[in-house]
Amino acid sequence: MVYDVAVIGAGIIGCGVARELSRYNCKTVLIEKENDVAMGTTRANSAIIHAGYDPEPGTLMAKYNVPGNKMAEDICRELDVPFRRCGSFVLAFDENDMKTVKRLYEKGVENGVPDMKILDGDEVRKMEPNVSAECVGALYAPSAGIVNPWEMALAMGEQAVDNGVDLELCYEVTGIRKENGNFIISGKGKEDIEAKFVVNAAGVYSDTVANMVGDHSFTIDSSRGQYYLLDKSQGELFDHVMFQCPGPLGKGVLVAPTVHGNLIVGPDANPGSEKNDVSTDRNGLNHVMTASRKTTSAVNFRECIRNFAGLRSEPSTKDFIVGFSEADDHFMNVAGIKSPGLSAAPAIAADVADMLLKAGVPSEKKAEFKGGHKHLRFKELSDEEKAAAIKKNPAYGRVICRCETITEGEIVDALHGTIVPRTLDGIKRRCNAGMGRCQSGFCGPRVLDIIARELNMDPVDVLLDKEGSYILTGKTEKGECR
Amino acid sequence: MYYDLVVVGGGPAGLAAAEEAKRNGAGSVLIIERDKELGGILNQCIHSGFGLHVFKEQLSGPEYAQRFIDRLEGTGIEVKTDTMVLGITPEKSIYAISEAEGYMKIDAGAIVLAMGCRERTRGAIAIPGERPSGIFTAGTAQRYINMEGYMVGKKVLILGSGDIGLIMARRMTLEGAEVKAVVELMPYSNGLKRNIAQCLDDYGIPLYLSHTVTDIKGENGRLSKVIVSEVNGYDPIPGTEIEFDVDTLLLSVGLVPENELTRSAGIEIDKRTNGAVVNEDMMTSIEGIFACGNVLHVHDLVDFVTHESERAGKAAAEYLKAKKAGEKEEAEEPINLINGDFVGYTVPQKVTVSKVDKFIEVLFRVRAVLKNANVVVKCGDTVLMSKNHEQMLPAEMEKLIIPKKMLEMANGKDIEICVVKEGE
Repeated sequence: MVYDVAVIGAGIIGCGVARELSRYNCKTVLIEKENDVAMGTTRANSAIIHAGYDPEPGTLMAKYNVPGNKMAEDICRELDVPFRRCGSFVLAFDENDMKTVKRLYEKGVENGVPDMKILDGDEVRKMEPNVSAECVGALYAPSAGIVNPWEMALAMGEQAVDNGVDLELCYEVTGIRKENGNFIISGKGKEDIEAKFVVNAAGVYSDTVANMVGDHSFTIDSSRGQYYLLDKSQGELFDHVMFQCPGPLGKGVLVAPTVHGNLIVGPDANPGSEKNDVSTDRNGLNHVMTASRKTTSAVNFRECIRNFAGLRSEPSTKDFIVGFSEADDHFMNVAGIKSPGLSAAPAIAADVADMLLKAGVPSEKKAEFKGGHKHLRFKELSDEEKAAAIKKNPAYGRVICRCETITEGEIVDALHGTIVPRTLDGIKRRCNAGMGRCQSGFCGPRVLDIIARELNMDPVDVLLDKEGSYILTGKTEKGECR
Repeated sequence: MYYDLVVVGGGPAGLAAAEEAKRNGAGSVLIIERDKELGGILNQCIHSGFGLHVFKEQLSGPEYAQRFIDRLEGTGIEVKTDTMVLGITPEKSIYAISEAEGYMKIDAGAIVLAMGCRERTRGAIAIPGERPSGIFTAGTAQRYINMEGYMVGKKVLILGSGDIGLIMARRMTLEGAEVKAVVELMPYSNGLKRNIAQCLDDYGIPLYLSHTVTDIKGENGRLSKVIVSEVNGYDPIPGTEIEFDVDTLLLSVGLVPENELTRSAGIEIDKRTNGAVVNEDMMTSIEGIFACGNVLHVHDLVDFVTHESERAGKAAAEYLKAKKAGEKEEAEEPINLINGDFVGYTVPQKVTVSKVDKFIEVLFRVRAVLKNANVVVKCGDTVLMSKNHEQMLPAEMEKLIIPKKMLEMANGKDIEICVVKEGE
């Protein structure tokens, strides 16, 4: 079978592109090297939908950010993904910072960011009382938002698959060659995939993938950024995303609420990181903590529940790379998607699909385009709805993750979704079980049990995360007696 | 649904509180347990050593729990297992769910909080490094091994020399794993002396004091290396790194009382214990809501949990009886027990002196290893009592009996409990 389009990489970009293409009568395959979607940059970032004042006017970043911001809300509503348009501040701590704030304001106006305001320190503290007394003013942009990025990618990926896109997981692309005008994609231990067009959405590896078709026009450096995630006890310290003014000493760290009610603090920047290195280190974490004190001293870091690192693409071109390759006019790069990539993603995906259709991908719309899945989130229900949910399905009456109040019913729902998770972290990304303060200490064994039961797997084969991340090593001596 | 007393949690604390309350005429009593069985964490503690104080014999965890479960029969105490409490209101309404009964609102005359504690995690102590599989809290590993019948690793390092860590060092060894070391941040172990002897020394497992884990490396998704460094205070000393080739890291780095429900009810929490502030009856800042066991403060021995919970259960019964009789309690403002030098916390934190019978029992922990020191009870500069201790350890809870007479001498003023080293 020959696909019209093969999309390499199932992050926020790949899933978004696949979703856009699934509206049409073309045959698309989405190829991912990991065992689930949203496993790279998409699952470890600041989770912010930027307003759009940051990118230099005229760049692709500027072109896609503001429209992407608008589209994100609609997509999240349509696909039942947590999103909150909470607004953001860029805090200034001296006169130099205020100059930066003014420049950001002007760029924002040029980029089409709506409703921005420049506030003085007191106005800022009136809206956000936990902001440091040192703050002298800020740029306020009400259109910024927060989102659950991996759920957004997953929901788009699922909608794509529901509408006929094939998903190939654990398929690490090792080579691309041309035969009879078509691309032949080969993967480690996998059958070749033939496609007329290729979309390269391989994240930090997109330069490697571009090289496979002889495109050496860019390189991607990977910059590791470390974060603290804090308990819900800290989640109410701020209503808005709090940035610091970028200055000569760096970009500053952000303090922001998450859609789950936690607080996120970070990141630092470590350019030149290995492309698979998502480790944290003491110095970086300490830097994040110290730098955040400039914004506020209210965060109690003893309430930290997790630290993590994510990789950002830093393209040699300093801008998003979106378009057909010079090396092959059927090979499209969507690379270097650094910040504000998450915000821009919906607009990029729509534009990429558009370019592909214009280049000859079958553009006849499907008669029926299936909508997204609705998720039952037990803890968000009213008392009456909770009672009704358990009546309908008693599994909603059994809490498995006590920290986040996630029921067995929700976990079973996730296991019978379109893209089936086979790992504890896959369940965590779908229904938050294990996201809380005990970090799956309590629910881990129970979730593992449910995965094994529902998917008819040997518990020993249930993984924590990526391939190879086994949890159990075998039965105990007397394990048989259970 | 109405019960005179609802006990939240069916582990050792909840069981003892419910039984003692019933015995003292509490009326209708309900225990709500989120797991499928009563007994709480004891069910996975299959080692022996429980019950030396309460039963004067060595029992395993499940045996200890079973004694209490057996005693329920014929008492009329009702039990709902596999039932999760979602919320508690200050008016003592409880919202709970279960597969069997759906969504429930249960009104209570009194409530005993006995939810126990949870383990601190890698995230809570911010261990940097990679995030491979093979890192477990000791209790989670214990559950996999003892309840589910699965092993979690072959070569093991344990961080934290608390009792669970020590017990798991032995347990993993007995199941055929190689435990390379137990690493402890503090210059002393936080476990019971007998556990160091029986779980480490007997198996030749080294204990590294004043060391901690400073980096974690994985290979193909699973833990492959743990880097341990010596510390100066809490700070790792560069150049002291030791590499351990292990596939498993168990964390026994402390327990945290599980007080989400307590907080949601608006009950005052003591930052030192992470549990509710209670008076001599184990009553919290909300009248008629009591707390006991590890949800109140983390205990070393289940026997002490039982003892404390019986106090709470009895007090809850007395409270209910007084309420039924229409007695309006007219008591003076309670006095505070202030934590002086070397005292980490006390339970209770408040005492209503006129309501004390003959004496109060104060549980406390010291903050450092202290040899030949005096536990002193003071009111202002007046020393009310002083008692010499040969040795006190942070790992071991101390008990102090203060006679009512002493409390009365304070004349309504707060009293301070502190430790004074001999000769100072």
